[in-house]
Amino acid sequence: MNATVRLRNALAVVLPPLVLGVLFLAAWQAWVVVSDVQPFVIPRPTDIWRSFIDDFDLVWKASVVTGMNALVGLVLGSLIGFVVAVLTNRFAFVSDLVNPLAITVAAIPAVVIVGVLNNMYSLDSQIPRRIMVTISVFFVVFVQVTKGLRQNDATQMELMRSYAASPFDTLKKVRLPNTMPFFFTGVRTAAPLALIIALVSEYFGGTQDGLGSKISGTLNGSNKALGFAYVLGGALVGLLFFAGSNLLEYLVVPWRRRGRSK
Amino acid sequence: MENSMTVSSPEAGTSPAVAIRGVNKIFNQGKPNQVDALVDIDLDVQPGEFISLIGPSGCGKSTLLRLVADLLEPTSGSVTIHGKSAHQARVDQDYGMAFQQSGLFEWRTVERNIELPLELKGWDKAARRQRSQEMLELVKLPEFAKHMPWQLSGGMQQRIAIARALASHPKLLLMDEPFGALDEMTREHMQAELLRICAAAGTTVVFVTHSIPEAVYLADRVVVMSPRPGRITEIVSVALGRDRSELTREATDFFARVTEVREALRGIEMADHAKGIDDR
Repeated sequence: MNATVRLRNALAVVLPPLVLGVLFLAAWQAWVVVSDVQPFVIPRPTDIWRSFIDDFDLVWKASVVTGMNALVGLVLGSLIGFVVAVLTNRFAFVSDLVNPLAITVAAIPAVVIVGVLNNMYSLDSQIPRRIMVTISVFFVVFVQVTKGLRQNDATQMELMRSYAASPFDTLKKVRLPNTMPFFFTGVRTAAPLALIIALVSEYFGGTQDGLGSKISGTLNGSNKALGFAYVLGGALVGLLFFAGSNLLEYLVVPWRRRGRSK
Repeated sequence: MENSMTVSSPEAGTSPAVAIRGVNKIFNQGKPNQVDALVDIDLDVQPGEFISLIGPSGCGKSTLLRLVADLLEPTSGSVTIHGKSAHQARVDQDYGMAFQQSGLFEWRTVERNIELPLELKGWDKAARRQRSQEMLELVKLPEFAKHMPWQLSGGMQQRIAIARALASHPKLLLMDEPFGALDEMTREHMQAELLRICAAAGTTVVFVTHSIPEAVYLADRVVVMSPRPGRITEIVSVALGRDRSELTREATDFFARVTEVREALRGIEMADHAKGIDDR
């Protein structure tokens, strides 16, 4: 494949959503200008951008607070979810016990737990939010890894048996590598969730320095442009999470690149 | 029960490569879905012999192979490999195995796939690497050592699987339709390659297939099996000599043996068909 063909292929992927996005912003701008919508109702995209540039340090600080909460929870939740899934997989009854629980917890609006946690820690602590994110991420990753551990290639398992491999060797050399794509499906699913949970957790009290508090604070006020600038900050952090988890998968699970199947 | 099996056959030199004695295999015994997979199987495979197991699906040929491999345990009877219990033979990695799916580990390079059984046996890295190079030469793919499995064609993947099965130089090779997923051209090429490889090392082979020409082309003896319950109905001696080539496939003797196996199988089909009418 030569360079021009590759460039054309890349453009074919990138260009359509880019055009759509630009068109959307242009339509928004045009609508606000033409219908003379007041800036405290809906701000113009250009004003949001100006606000984002002018108050970048404010947006940056809030993004770092919420981003760190989400990241800490994502990493902890993923690790704990992975380890617990591997441990409980050795004992079928434990995963049978935890699995329905995981699904139930995923279905109820568990963020309310953060209200309880807030009472347990000091007012300026980020720990309740991080715990909340950890819990949410844990269940997503746990369910995926459990699923992965149960889906082993029959031929590979028979081969390992024919080698008289120990259960530990089979786990280390076959089942865990086989589970990695599932683990990363979990992490990729949990990454945007982590950010949303971190944001929403801030609505339940505690220190008001993150994106969630800033967004709800400013969007209720008159400086809507700044409010949307915070939203933009959140979107960029979300994008970073998405890209980061995909990159990690690309690096750790090279055999699944380019949608290859076995 | 495994201990009782290990004591048999003191004179290892004269013992058959595989001895199957009075083996029965019943799945789900005592339950409504009980299946008599194998009934009264007796079979001796001599060292260096190539045996094809053939029969319609459900005849238990794959089950029989798995009993030899100790991937399943017989309900009654015994399986010994060079005088050892099947279990001990498995623990000692006395046999290699290949399946219809290559079962290559997609996160390992070709050479590290071949080295896996050696790794589990505790070989050091240098010895492993040397052996995997040797095996890649044997299957004529030395330039693919660093490739990943997905970069290889189906036939090449299957050759790597065979290289892996033979990596610890086992005297016995167990194969379950290893060429079943390959196209006809590749398949015939792989059959010739397999004969070359096994002749070079004097490997004993038990080969499950449902292709009649494949069974005849490869084997010294073709074991014909019938289903419900699975049993051996006939053993056809091929006697085409060990030196087989593409010409063998066009020889009159070859066709005669193919016809013999086909008729043995047709006999099963007729009986099965008649029984089917009675049953339903």
